[in-house]
Amino acid sequence: MTEPTVQAVNLRKTFGDFVAVDNITFSVEKGEVFGFLGPNGAGKTTTVKMLCGLLMPSSGSAKIAGFDVAAQPDDVKNSIGYMSQKFSLYSDLSVSENIEFFANIYGVDNTMLKARKKDILGLVGLEGREHTMTSSLSAGWKQRLALGCSIIHEPRILFLDEPTAGVDPDSRRMFWDLIYSLAQKGMTMFVTTHYMDEAENCKRLGFIYNGKIIASGTPLEIKRTKMRGTIIEIDTDSPSEALRLIKPVETMKEVSFFGRLIHAVTDTPAGETEQPIKAIHGVLDRNGIKVNRISTIPPSLEDIFISLIEQEDSHEKA
Amino acid sequence: MSRWKIFSLRVKAIARKEFIQLRRDRRMLFIAFMAPIIQLTLFGYAATLDVKSVPVVVCDMDKSMQSRAVVNDLTASGYFFIQQDVPSIADVRKSIDDNKAMVGIIMPEGLERNINAGRKAHLQILIDGSNAIYATMVRSYLERIITNRALELSNEQMSKKGLSPPAPLSVQPRVWYNPTLKSRDFMVPGVFALVLMIISTVLTAMAIVKEKERGTIEQLIVTPIKPVELIAGKLLPFAMISVIDIVLVTLVAVFWFKIPLHGSFVLLFLLAALFMLTTLGLGLFISTISKTQQQAMMISMLLIMPIILLSGVMSPIENMPVGVQYFTFLIPLRYFIVIVRSIFMKGAGMSILWPDALALAVFGIVFFLLSAGRFQKRIG
Repeated sequence: MTEPTVQAVNLRKTFGDFVAVDNITFSVEKGEVFGFLGPNGAGKTTTVKMLCGLLMPSSGSAKIAGFDVAAQPDDVKNSIGYMSQKFSLYSDLSVSENIEFFANIYGVDNTMLKARKKDILGLVGLEGREHTMTSSLSAGWKQRLALGCSIIHEPRILFLDEPTAGVDPDSRRMFWDLIYSLAQKGMTMFVTTHYMDEAENCKRLGFIYNGKIIASGTPLEIKRTKMRGTIIEIDTDSPSEALRLIKPVETMKEVSFFGRLIHAVTDTPAGETEQPIKAIHGVLDRNGIKVNRISTIPPSLEDIFISLIEQEDSHEKA
Repeated sequence: MSRWKIFSLRVKAIARKEFIQLRRDRRMLFIAFMAPIIQLTLFGYAATLDVKSVPVVVCDMDKSMQSRAVVNDLTASGYFFIQQDVPSIADVRKSIDDNKAMVGIIMPEGLERNINAGRKAHLQILIDGSNAIYATMVRSYLERIITNRALELSNEQMSKKGLSPPAPLSVQPRVWYNPTLKSRDFMVPGVFALVLMIISTVLTAMAIVKEKERGTIEQLIVTPIKPVELIAGKLLPFAMISVIDIVLVTLVAVFWFKIPLHGSFVLLFLLAALFMLTTLGLGLFISTISKTQQQAMMISMLLIMPIILLSGVMSPIENMPVGVQYFTFLIPLRYFIVIVRSIFMKGAGMSILWPDALALAVFGIVFFLLSAGRFQKRIG
């Protein structure tokens, strides 16, 4: 097996007394789509900045494509592409001028430029619109152009920071198709996101909270190992009243809203939920609340992360 | 690819991008090329201290040949014109209070009678002193005209008595470099320096801060570009614009205002380019302490105002308190003002200007390197 594209060992970053990233260790394999998840302020951006060579780690180390981020920041920068959440190309340059500019900055000289530009325009689907002013592209197209500009030098790994924030669902799907096709060509994709449906699309995930990685693995592995108990989904006409009634039912660990539905987590394993379903049904019937539907469901990543955060917070308090 | 090839590829890319952006930004284009010309023209007309067409209010209570001769002398000089004839002293006061006249002349009844009888005759002059510098000049012009009149009168009287007038001490002043003492010849070269400083500082600061404001700098710092490449690429276009401005502003000074350029244009050009090193550095420095273009604009103005006041362009440094005089040695504009004025008016060459040029070079390089270092730390 080849060396991982990203290898972080006991990576730590402090700002004064505040520990932003707390001794995290993880790796990302070549050609993998890696999802890096976590709420705002969890340490996502700080980690990405350290991996890109923009922030010095306080301790620990990280290697990108075999280069040490602290000792060889220039080699690291040559091996990575970075696409930020906020659109950061020049809106007063045309599509073509932006591509040429970043190509030159990455040292792609004019003999290779023409071919590279044609490839990029084809890849992101902007052929024939080379002379469009960037400011007049829609949000989805701007993101595709930004992606094009960040891979002009054929990096080994591409960091995408919340790439689809504020982009319509159609463009989001197209954008993910692009991510997969690049990964298939062997480019490693490091994506931060808080869309859970996008997280399901990743090959592997790392979930960071309070500066620590509290779960990692494939989505399936995380669902199998991190979920304790079973989720029962309840659809009623008066959810808030129902929530209050379900909470005291025996074996209930957590009861929370999920949209206008209720998710109740029981201690019982997946095959033995007849008893708790009966109990919930009973208490709602007695109080005259109509149950439209009640059934066990496979946990979504969001369910798991909510329960992981709650476990983590209760540890903190204890 | 060699280090040098990558360096030039990146610098060229940044510089080209700046030019494209400038071409599409009408506001910046205006600041770059029209503002220097407009500023120099406005200042050239406004920043003049010459005494010309001073409005005078006359209260002639004598109404005699002698009193009219005084008024005639004033108007014939070309420096004064009679704005109003008024009957009373109170009206003179009112005219000056209302800013209708700057000078009041009061000639009491009996002026001519006293002169003819060989007695001492008085007339009063009132000057509005709200602008002290201008009032002092007006006063000296007035005194000269009236002293001449008095001299003529006494000569007349002596020849009447059959005496030949005494030969007075004859003073023959010659003013060098600016024989007609035109303040414009002196002010326009000073304004030349100011315009160059303001434009190059503000443009540089704005162009860099724009990248911060729009977040585009974020995409640049993840690339392997070196701060020195970024600085070089950013400053090159503005150095080139400054060079064009030097030529434009010289053309306006020489051909529109007819300011004689006695010295070498090449020397002026080279030293102006040296001066630009300090102003580009100042722009770079401002960009490291501002987050938005608006802030950059405000800070530029806050820094440029005291620099102008302390540079000696408006008032002589010799008139400042001694402590402040020492402080002015730290201001590069001070040296450049001396250089510009000496080249324009005296035709001075390097044999005279080398101490100022050396100071400028030292300041330019030190200040530029400090700013560049600070900038490098900020983005590194």
